[in-house]
Amino acid sequence: MKAIVNVYLKEGVLDPQGKAAHHALESMNFKGIEDVRIGKQIVIKLDTDNKEEAKKEVKEMCETLLANTVIEDYTIEIV
Amino acid sequence: MKTDTKPAIKVAILRFPGTNCEFDTQYAFGKLGHKTELVWHKEESLPADTDLVVVPGGFSYGDYLRSGSIARFSPIMKAVVAYAEKGGKVLGICNGFQILTEAGLLPGALKRNNNLHFISRYQHLKVVNNDNVFLNECREGEVLNIPIAHADGNYYIDDEGLEKLEKNGQILLRYSDEEGNRVVVNGSVTSIAGICNKRKNVFGLMPHPERAMESILGSEDGIKMLQGFAQ
Repeated sequence: MKAIVNVYLKEGVLDPQGKAAHHALESMNFKGIEDVRIGKQIVIKLDTDNKEEAKKEVKEMCETLLANTVIEDYTIEIV
Repeated sequence: MKTDTKPAIKVAILRFPGTNCEFDTQYAFGKLGHKTELVWHKEESLPADTDLVVVPGGFSYGDYLRSGSIARFSPIMKAVVAYAEKGGKVLGICNGFQILTEAGLLPGALKRNNNLHFISRYQHLKVVNNDNVFLNECREGEVLNIPIAHADGNYYIDDEGLEKLEKNGQILLRYSDEEGNRVVVNGSVTSIAGICNKRKNVFGLMPHPERAMESILGSEDGIKMLQGFAQ
């Protein structure tokens, strides 16, 4: 079983990398871009078949290490 | 210099894999007449006679994941948290500041600089508050010239947190011009360069006072900053 964790800066926290990419895309004439946010994806292979347990465990990992909840939000997908 | 009028203290300087300012820090406190000891991050306790813990600058764990995020789980950090909880003095410089925010010893977080550049240069700082053991040798409003060298120095705290910092006198330093007017350097909230905790025993700043100890190398303003701890 795998956990796919996405970590992004919270809404309202300026994302300098996203902003730079946004400007770059516009300078290449891509139109209609409202916002660009850059985050990171962390893929964790887990030795378990219990989806609920896995999610609980990964949430704990996010809260303690993978995300800094002062500035970041995260999503967890178990596949 | 009035270094010899102050009693010597014992300074414990932490080393993580990737720390690179430990010897400059050791030199700086040595120059002020203090005893220093380097403490490897795998140690589980601090030297018994420690008067000040310094978490120096560098790139602990290669800044992987987020600056300071992995170092905070090193064995020594448990001892540092316990030391701070007992009222012990802790100073985090640059990567050390990042580690202390990650460890929850200081509020807020440090993000990537707004312009995405690694900024390395001398920078003026205005002393916002000197009512603490760190900056008591500096005047309020005094402008210091201290090197900065960081990519993740963009201090962030939400509005509520900022209000608390202001109210409790926890904002220590702001980036400024030579006259003390606020300037935007890395995008940090209200140009904050350094803060302390509410209890005023844990301090963090992005600038490097340990690199400003010799006028021949550009500035010795770091002396009066670091000297504050001896009392």
